[in-house]
Amino acid sequence: MKMRDVSIIGVGQTKVAEHWDRSLRHLAGEAILAAMKDAHIEPAAVDALYVGNMLSGLLNGQEHLGALIADFVGLRGIEALKVEAACGSGAAALRLGYAMVAGGIHDLVVVCGVEKMTDTVNAETTTGLAMAADADYESIHGVTFVGINALLMRRYMYEYGVKHEDFAPFTVNAHRNAASNPYAMFRERVTVEQFSRARMIADPINLLDSSGIGDGAAAVVLCPSTMAGEYRREGVVRIRASAMATDAVAVHDRPDPLWLSAAEASAFKAYQQAGVGPRDIDLFELHDAFTIMSALSLEAAGFAERGKGVRLAQAGEIAREGRIPICTMGGLKARGHPVGATGVYQVVEVALQLRGEAGPNQIPNARLGMAQNIGGSGATVITHILEAQD
Amino acid sequence: MDIPRHWRLQRQRYALVGEVCKKCGARLFPPRDVCPQCSQPAYEPFQFSGKGKVYSYSTLYQAPAGYEQFVPYTVALVQLDEGPLVTAQLTDVDQDEIQIGMPVEMVTRKLREEGEDGLIIYGYKFRKQPAEAA
Ligand SMILES: [Zn+2]
Repeated sequence: MKMRDVSIIGVGQTKVAEHWDRSLRHLAGEAILAAMKDAHIEPAAVDALYVGNMLSGLLNGQEHLGALIADFVGLRGIEALKVEAACGSGAAALRLGYAMVAGGIHDLVVVCGVEKMTDTVNAETTTGLAMAADADYESIHGVTFVGINALLMRRYMYEYGVKHEDFAPFTVNAHRNAASNPYAMFRERVTVEQFSRARMIADPINLLDSSGIGDGAAAVVLCPSTMAGEYRREGVVRIRASAMATDAVAVHDRPDPLWLSAAEASAFKAYQQAGVGPRDIDLFELHDAFTIMSALSLEAAGFAERGKGVRLAQAGEIAREGRIPICTMGGLKARGHPVGATGVYQVVEVALQLRGEAGPNQIPNARLGMAQNIGGSGATVITHILEAQD
Repeated sequence: MDIPRHWRLQRQRYALVGEVCKKCGARLFPPRDVCPQCSQPAYEPFQFSGKGKVYSYSTLYQAPAGYEQFVPYTVALVQLDEGPLVTAQLTDVDQDEIQIGMPVEMVTRKLREEGEDGLIIYGYKFRKQPAEAA
């Protein structure tokens, strides 16, 4: 079957924050309406809505988000459903939207990622996040999501002779970029000294290794590339690749825990679809839930050799001026990580870069950008490659 | 409320019973019915010795609901002598003593208490092997 090319014609996002005064539906609504306005489309033109979300059932007592949000934003009647793939839910919803347009089922699709995480106490949120892991064989032992990443980080430091402070450039870079992103949660810069002295959460992972969870929503509007010109003359972004792969949910079920095989498979499927390689990518929004995940992602996606992801950061190559800028708007670390929304935030940010609308954070002449969203500690990995469309 | 869920796992929790693949000989824990190495059915029970080495570890200072009382506690990936990695807590050991490669053995301990309705869940943890056994 001949697939249609798919483009992004509108983007929208809320600031990531502790939105005490706003509910999940209000956050989703703000992002969706912003994206529809950006795309210059009327509600009547929308065929379907896909909502990426992980924890609404547990944290907000609300499932059935497709119909709920469609109705709330004036799209009552359309096809709408929720997609869940842990922290990869956002990109999973985008992939579904992409498939529907590429396959000719729908023409105009809205994709939204939303998460409302700050209504509950810490232990409850921690329990929720642990649901991305194996309930019977990981979570029952009291190992948290942070703890699983800490197990990987300790082993990484042991095998490759890396010190904790060597991970500092990931956090310093993320906060530097978030400082000039009005939608970011943490906009103050962080020094190496602050990084090294931060409060321990799950040894060796401290507070500044960890992304900050928050409330937020992001949305994009998709249509066939051939129709994009009807809505937008400039700033159309084409989806050159959409690829997904999976791994064992539990880290202990993986033959090589320090290699994110699903991240590798997902990235290389995407490179193949787009007919490009890592060296062609101008910026990479990776899934920096923890500093260790940044290192492992850079390695799996082919930007650094095994065990050298940290060295790439230390050499300054992940900064806006470097060979492969990452987290250009703050990443999960400093823009904030509303888990089910993150994958859509990443794509919104890549789209803004390719449209030349990233403000002080603009990567000069960015043509090709990649976003990689990870569910759990690497079990679900979804990669999108976007290109500025002339 | 989820008593059956834990009851079903008693042979794993109390005795580290996994499976062995008759086709390729891989020893599997947790049991999974299909061998991940050769994709053949693997239903033959196999009891692990409970001995292994620390592959990695982390001391947790933030706990999920139901585990707050144990903070700080140390979780680990233990490489069993028969091959598989298993996630579990370390117990009866000084923080300073723990290192990657340390020989450990399985013991049965309380994993968690389910609030006021009183369900207490027991299962495997690992402690340092006595020097003469290591
Ligand atoms: Zn086998």
